[in-house]
Amino acid sequence: MSKFKKKKKGLPAISTASLPDIVFMLLFFFMVSTTMRETDLLIKKPVLPVASEVKKLELKSLVSTIYIGKSKDTRIAGDKIQVNDKIVEVKDIPSFIFSERALRKEDEVKFMTTSIKADKEASVGTILDIKEQLRDINALKISFSTSRGNDLSSNYK
Amino acid sequence: MARREIGEINAGSMADIAFLLLIFFLVTTTMDVDSGIARKLPEKTDVQSDVIVKEKNVLDIVVNRNNQLLVENEYVKVTDVKRLAMKFIDNGGGIGTPIDDKPGEPCDYCGGEKDPNSSDHPTKAIISLQSDRGTTYGMYISIQNEIEGAYTELRNNLSKKLYGRTYDELLSDYKDNPSKSLQDKIDDLKNKYPQIITEPEPIK
Repeated sequence: MSKFKKKKKGLPAISTASLPDIVFMLLFFFMVSTTMRETDLLIKKPVLPVASEVKKLELKSLVSTIYIGKSKDTRIAGDKIQVNDKIVEVKDIPSFIFSERALRKEDEVKFMTTSIKADKEASVGTILDIKEQLRDINALKISFSTSRGNDLSSNYK
Repeated sequence: MARREIGEINAGSMADIAFLLLIFFLVTTTMDVDSGIARKLPEKTDVQSDVIVKEKNVLDIVVNRNNQLLVENEYVKVTDVKRLAMKFIDNGGGIGTPIDDKPGEPCDYCGGEKDPNSSDHPTKAIISLQSDRGTTYGMYISIQNEIEGAYTELRNNLSKKLYGRTYDELLSDYKDNPSKSLQDKIDDLKNKYPQIITEPEPIK
């Protein structure tokens, strides 16, 4: 009898109705975790040296970063130092650290770290000058920013 | 006149819009973890005190502007620094620094050769890194990395002998659940192999 004819059974299509939900979830995750670069580099982006014995920098809000690299203009030789949004001289480093300290709570100041992001071609003289300045104003915690890796041969050529 | 039904807005393109946004944020997101070699600078003091240090307790590392290395007046490669530093620190040829008025004791945990012409004790062993102003930063970091590696390996070895776990494992354990006993162990290891690195004025 035709009334009881067997219906053709196929696999039902997978519902894609929840696809937007999944995508939105991912979207929100990335929206929240994204950080737009707040400092525009005025110098050439430093190529960080590689090191294997690295420690992660904790307490990101207490880190002040000093960039050291070559000028974007290839005619200008020597290392340029950038803090925040401007290129400075070595002698301006203390005032930068003081302004960074002013933004933090007083009891947090002793946990503040200075991260030095220097190009691997930069000269040690510049770095040592900065270290001396930091010593003068008692900003003793520093971190030489590096990328993680086991092959160090690219550091010196 | 027949009323026209207002059709529903098609939501099918919602996923496309969301995807577009998603891809934008995927591309722009930077989750850079800032990592590096941590160093603590020595405090500045007004009083200049002359500390007499025996020549044999200092490992001289000199690097010139051509990125060439001298360790104890011998030309070496960067990759040798770790081995030489470990040998020097772990030598244990004499007695250590007196702590709290107690006389210094010979190093009972060192695995070195006990060479009388090398360092007395890990607590006395000083590594001196003298660089030129023209040395490249990459080279400088490589040497710092090797020295750091030497200390880490020595601490790891000792930790494994005493507690059955490496120093790195102790540190990561401590980060997960800080406890007093773990803190004591870490401090003990740090005290047994303290990092004493000095950087004299660079060569001009």
